[in-house]
Amino acid sequence: MKDVSVIVGGKAGDGINNAGLIVAHLFNHLGYFVYMDIDYPSLIRGGHNFAVVRAAEKPVTALKKTLDYLIALDQETIRQHYDACRNCVLISNADTVKPPQDSQVISLKSILAAETAPAITGNSAMIGAFTKAAGIPFETVEEVFRKHMPKAVDQNIRVARTAYDQIRLVRVVEQLAHPPRAVLSGNEAIGLGMADGGVSAYIAYPMTPASSLLHFLAENAERLGVTVVHPENEIAVILMANGFSSAGIRTAIGTSGGGFCLMTEGLSLTGMAELPLVLVISQRTGPSTGLPTYTGQADLRFVLHAGQGEFPRFVVAPSDANEAYVWSAAAVRVAWKYQIPAFILADKTLSEGSYSFGLADNEEIAMDEPARWDRQTPYSRYRDTRDGISPLAFYSEKDAVIKVNSYAHDEAGITTEEAELVALMARKRLHKGDLLAEELDRYSVVNTRGTPDASTALLCWGSCRGPCEEVASDLGLKVVQPLVLAPFPKKQIATACRGVDHLIAVEGNATAQLSSLAAQHGIAAGSTILKFDGRPFTVDELLAKVKEAAA
Amino acid sequence: MARALITDTQNTWCPGCGNFSLQHTLKNILAVRAKEGLSLDNVVLVTGIGCHAKIADYLNINSFYAIHGRTLPVATGIKLANPDLTVICCAGDGDAYAEGLDHLIFAAKRNIDLTMIVHNNRVYGLTVGQYTPTSPLGFKGKSTPTGSAEYPFNPIELMLASGATYVARGYTKKMDLLQQLIQRGIAHKGFAFIDVLQICATFFNMTDYYNPRVYELSGHDAADLEAACKKSREWDYNRDAPIALGVFYERSFPTFDAKNPRYPLSLDERRQRIRELIEARR
Repeated sequence: MKDVSVIVGGKAGDGINNAGLIVAHLFNHLGYFVYMDIDYPSLIRGGHNFAVVRAAEKPVTALKKTLDYLIALDQETIRQHYDACRNCVLISNADTVKPPQDSQVISLKSILAAETAPAITGNSAMIGAFTKAAGIPFETVEEVFRKHMPKAVDQNIRVARTAYDQIRLVRVVEQLAHPPRAVLSGNEAIGLGMADGGVSAYIAYPMTPASSLLHFLAENAERLGVTVVHPENEIAVILMANGFSSAGIRTAIGTSGGGFCLMTEGLSLTGMAELPLVLVISQRTGPSTGLPTYTGQADLRFVLHAGQGEFPRFVVAPSDANEAYVWSAAAVRVAWKYQIPAFILADKTLSEGSYSFGLADNEEIAMDEPARWDRQTPYSRYRDTRDGISPLAFYSEKDAVIKVNSYAHDEAGITTEEAELVALMARKRLHKGDLLAEELDRYSVVNTRGTPDASTALLCWGSCRGPCEEVASDLGLKVVQPLVLAPFPKKQIATACRGVDHLIAVEGNATAQLSSLAAQHGIAAGSTILKFDGRPFTVDELLAKVKEAAA
Repeated sequence: MARALITDTQNTWCPGCGNFSLQHTLKNILAVRAKEGLSLDNVVLVTGIGCHAKIADYLNINSFYAIHGRTLPVATGIKLANPDLTVICCAGDGDAYAEGLDHLIFAAKRNIDLTMIVHNNRVYGLTVGQYTPTSPLGFKGKSTPTGSAEYPFNPIELMLASGATYVARGYTKKMDLLQQLIQRGIAHKGFAFIDVLQICATFFNMTDYYNPRVYELSGHDAADLEAACKKSREWDYNRDAPIALGVFYERSFPTFDAKNPRYPLSLDERRQRIRELIEARR
């Protein structure tokens, strides 16, 4: 398989994220599937940032340890990544890097001085140099710059061209026939998917790695028809959202674990008051402040159990941008049909990673429109229908007195402490969860990939799917990836695990949370491979561990 | 057919509770609205948790019986979702000044167009008698048996400092004035704050303290912020002083809801735009 890995590294403030995206688009325009991960510490300027771009003939959503090209804007890039660059093509900025012998160099200072270009265009020079070394035609560079460079395109092209002409060709990246695909970050896919599901209000307080979703929707608010509000804290976020949805607006909120801690009282209100709400929780390394800009999968149990009392919830954990789009739209429909909180559980890897994206590849999860009041009988906000789903009406609807209530309440929404009624209404709410489980069973909510009849399978969720799938393909194993985690798709997982005698759970946490959940439902993993250092599994690393576990 | 304004839910406030006055006042205001031909379907009442909040069960209008301290974010969401609604918050002093103080300051800062009525009885009633942020220094409650060690907030001063565009104080034993203050607050375009001195018949009955001290503001220029600040400091909710009732401050200012428009879009149009956005990412 044609498979290329590139790192571009420099200081925070060098524009490494954008440089990585341009490199990803270069491969995209050469016909490759692309995937990019951005690694950065929690600071504004300085520090070491790097973007890893992987491009291949087939879809890839994981990183490899060894590099084919390394683009070093600073010495730290050499220090951290030179080991992975044993047989690779290296381009360094001579002004800031003491270049190893095998490196070609350009001087950003002199190139930029000649063009009287600002420092930020240094990226373009490095990219120009890289493209020459990789044998990428300059027309492709120009095409990508024109399409994806936010500003000063001509100047950036001139700078790139100067660098291009100073470098010799080393190793040619082969061109593939496919036209360019769209490239989206996980958070962008979530935002667009939610908009597709009808979300027209998004409320959030900034918190990495969910902030880029707030920024994306704020920037595109008018275009997508989404009102975006950034209130005083996460408590206000969820309560404001409850207000929005009680008034009939499809609403979503987003945060990471720490912000979600503040939302749990509001979540419980959402459950009791039967308010539809979509919550995007993008996990980072915890506990507490943890590693703000690194990844993790340690909040699954938290999201499943958060909030006092018992109420049904929907939790979906997409593994890439395509799944993020489809299931974010689905989460909106689920929330509104069942009047429950619906979680999109992401992590830093998915949220901030960039992926080749194709709408056509995606199956739509269609659902019935929410039930509306028929105006025949006096309105009761919590009417106990056969399925537990009460018809909706919204404030200002003529002759409807709509009483939303956080207390135990009767069908009209008036507070009650009567034992029988309290139990009846609790059953009504929980019944919706049973119904949702039945409906979801009609869709494929557990992905099975790899070798269908393999006796060893990898059990994983969310962004771990990418590395698992590659390892499974190398070793002839099966991958079982539940997309929906609540209601727990016990039947579909059991079916997927048929014929498997060794189930290996692979998770980005220290306590094997999915594995313990599956065990509760009678599906036991024989071994676990866990990573909790904030970094995603690389394919190489996981391959070695799976070999060891499977031996 | 005119709707009944009170539900048939059994009322559980203590005899003599100040909440009756507030409920009666709101009922009168709703009746006036209905008489003027304004629809009650467009009114939403948002409450916190505490004795005051039972009003959500008792008034036969749209309501959101929220959680402790969180009336204002819920009400803000409702108003942003549908700016044509008249949104009224009833909150307790624990709600507004303790658990939800951040929301109060931000609602004033934003000038969201809604009416905030604080049932300020200066004691936690439903949790059977603890000091609140407006209890006087030395308040002997169940959590402070030897007397509270904190001075109270002065909510009027706090709201003036936070940018509220309508700041008033009422008293449950002066019901005509109370009705005027709330009506004017509802008519005010922007954040209308009304601190209502309310009697707690069981845990903190201040009737004999308030009655000789309260007076109605007259000759006060409510457009003058400096004068309002000065007036707000006359009584600080702690030391003995005359207690002014009425509108301390009012000014017209752009509202948060007017600055946060909604962009209604058909699903087809929206999907077309999503496709265009994705297309641009090739």
